[in-house]
Amino acid sequence: MEQIFFIGFAVLAIVSALAVVSLRNPVHSALCLMVCLFQVACIFVLLRSPFLAVVQIFIYVGAVMVLFLFVVMILDIRKVMLGSLVGKRSGFVYAIMPLVTLEFLLVIFKGGLGKVASNIPSGEEVKVAVIGKELFTKYLFPFEVVSILLLVAMVGAIVLAKDRDEGA
Amino acid sequence: MFELADITTFIVSISVFLILFVKVYVVAAVLFSLPIPLTWIERKVAGHIQVRLGPFTVGPHGILQPIADTLKSFSKEDVIPEKADRLIFILAPLIALVPACMVFVAIPFGESVTIPYINYELTLYIADMNVALLYILAISGLGIYGIIFGGWASNSKYAVLGGLRSAAQMISYEVALSFAAIGVVMLSNSLSLVEIVKSQAGGFWNWNLFYLPVGPVWFIIFIIAGIAEINRIPFDLPEDEGTLGAGFSVEYSGMKFAFFPLAEYIAMTTVSILAVLMFLGGWNTPFPGAPVVPPIFWFGIKVLAFIYFFMWTRFTFPRYRYDQLMTIGWKILIPICLVNLLVTGFMRILL
Repeated sequence: MEQIFFIGFAVLAIVSALAVVSLRNPVHSALCLMVCLFQVACIFVLLRSPFLAVVQIFIYVGAVMVLFLFVVMILDIRKVMLGSLVGKRSGFVYAIMPLVTLEFLLVIFKGGLGKVASNIPSGEEVKVAVIGKELFTKYLFPFEVVSILLLVAMVGAIVLAKDRDEGA
Repeated sequence: MFELADITTFIVSISVFLILFVKVYVVAAVLFSLPIPLTWIERKVAGHIQVRLGPFTVGPHGILQPIADTLKSFSKEDVIPEKADRLIFILAPLIALVPACMVFVAIPFGESVTIPYINYELTLYIADMNVALLYILAISGLGIYGIIFGGWASNSKYAVLGGLRSAAQMISYEVALSFAAIGVVMLSNSLSLVEIVKSQAGGFWNWNLFYLPVGPVWFIIFIIAGIAEINRIPFDLPEDEGTLGAGFSVEYSGMKFAFFPLAEYIAMTTVSILAVLMFLGGWNTPFPGAPVVPPIFWFGIKVLAFIYFFMWTRFTFPRYRYDQLMTIGWKILIPICLVNLLVTGFMRILL
C-alpha cells in the first residue's frame, strides 16, 4: 500500500520537476514547482516525519513560492526579454549538467546519507520534541552556523536594496 | 480458510474506515452549506449597522436570499476573458477553495462523545496530529494562491495588482500569525490542538487569553494578522473596489466567482475556530461550577461570537492605505511579537 503511494508521489514529483524546467511560461513553471514541493512533503509523511512535511509546505510551498510568484509576475510584463535571456549559454549548461548529476548520485549512493539520523527508531513517527532536543544538543553547532548564514544573507539583501534606493 | 481473528480485525478496520468516511462527509457537507446562513447573517448585520434593513424580499426577513443568490450564480453566463490563461483561470477558484476545506481535517470540535446503546466512543475530530497547529497554518496559507493565480490568469491589470497586493500582504502577516501560534505553543507546551485545549481546562482564568501579561497581546496580534490573512476589511486591499475595480476577482463571473467568497467564509470560520481553540479554551466551560452544558455548545457559542466580531469590524472600520498596511505588519506587529516572545519565554522558565 505504502509502496503504491510512494510511487505515485515520486512519479508526480519527477514529472512536475521536469515540467518546471521545460515549460515556457514562468507562472506555469512556478505552479509545477509548487506541485513538486508538495509531493516531496507527501513523501516526508510516508517517512514518518509529519513535522518536516508540514514545515516543507509552510516554508517552501507557502512562503518561498509566494515570493517567487511575486517576482515572476512582475517579470512577466517583460516576457519578450525573458525569452531572449534563455538559451544563450546552453552549451555551458549541457556541459555542466552531467557533472552535477554524477556528483549528486555519488553523494546519494556513496556518501552515507542513510546513516545520519540513526538514533531514531525506524518506522516510528518522529516527534517534534525529539527534533527540537536533537537540534539544540547534538546538532547545536551546525544549527548556529546555519542561523549566522541566514543572518548574513539577510543583511546582504538589505544592503543591496538600500544601495539601489540611494542611487535612484 | 480465514481465522476468526482475521475476520474480526477486518471488520474493525472496515468500520474504522466507514466512520472516518462519514466524519469527512459530514464536515464537508457542513462546510459547503456554511456560506448559506453566513451570507444572510453578514448582510443583515451590515444592514442593521448601517441603519437599514438588509435583504428583505425573498422569504421572511430575506432568509431565502442566499438560495436565490446561489441560483443566480449557477445560471449566470460563465465568461472567460479571451486572452486569459484558460487552465489557470479555471484552476484558481479551486486552488482557493480546496486548502480552505483541507484545514478542517485537523480541527477538533470536541474531545469525544460516547454514543448511547452501542457504547462506542466517537472522537469529534478527523485526525489528532501532533503537528496540527502547524498543519493548519501551512495549509490555510495555500489558499492565497487562488487569489494570486486568479489575478494573474485574468490578464487584466487590476486583477494582477490585486494578486500582487495579496502576495505581499500574505508574506507580511503570516510572520505575525506564526509568532502568535508560537506564543500559544509555548504557553500550552504542545502543537496538537487537542492538547492545547486540554491545557486550558478548568475555568476562564486558565485560558491562554488570560495568561497575563503576554496572553492578551498574543491574542490581539493573532486577531489582527488573522483578519489580514483572510482579506477582510480593514485589510482587504486585494479587492479594494475604490482603486482596483474588484481586485483579483474582477474578471470572474458566475459560480467561479462564487468560489472566492465561499473560500473566504470558510477561512473566516477557520480563523474564528483557531482563535477559540488557541485562546478561549476551546470547548471548555468558562465557569466550572455552572450547570453542565455539552462542550460542543460552548465551542459553538464562542465561534459564533467570533464570526459576528469579524462581520462587525467589516462594517465599522474604513480600509487601510497600502503603505499603512505594510507599516503595521513589519514595523509594529513583528517587533511587538519579538519582545512578547522573549517575555513569554522568561515567564515560562521562571514561573
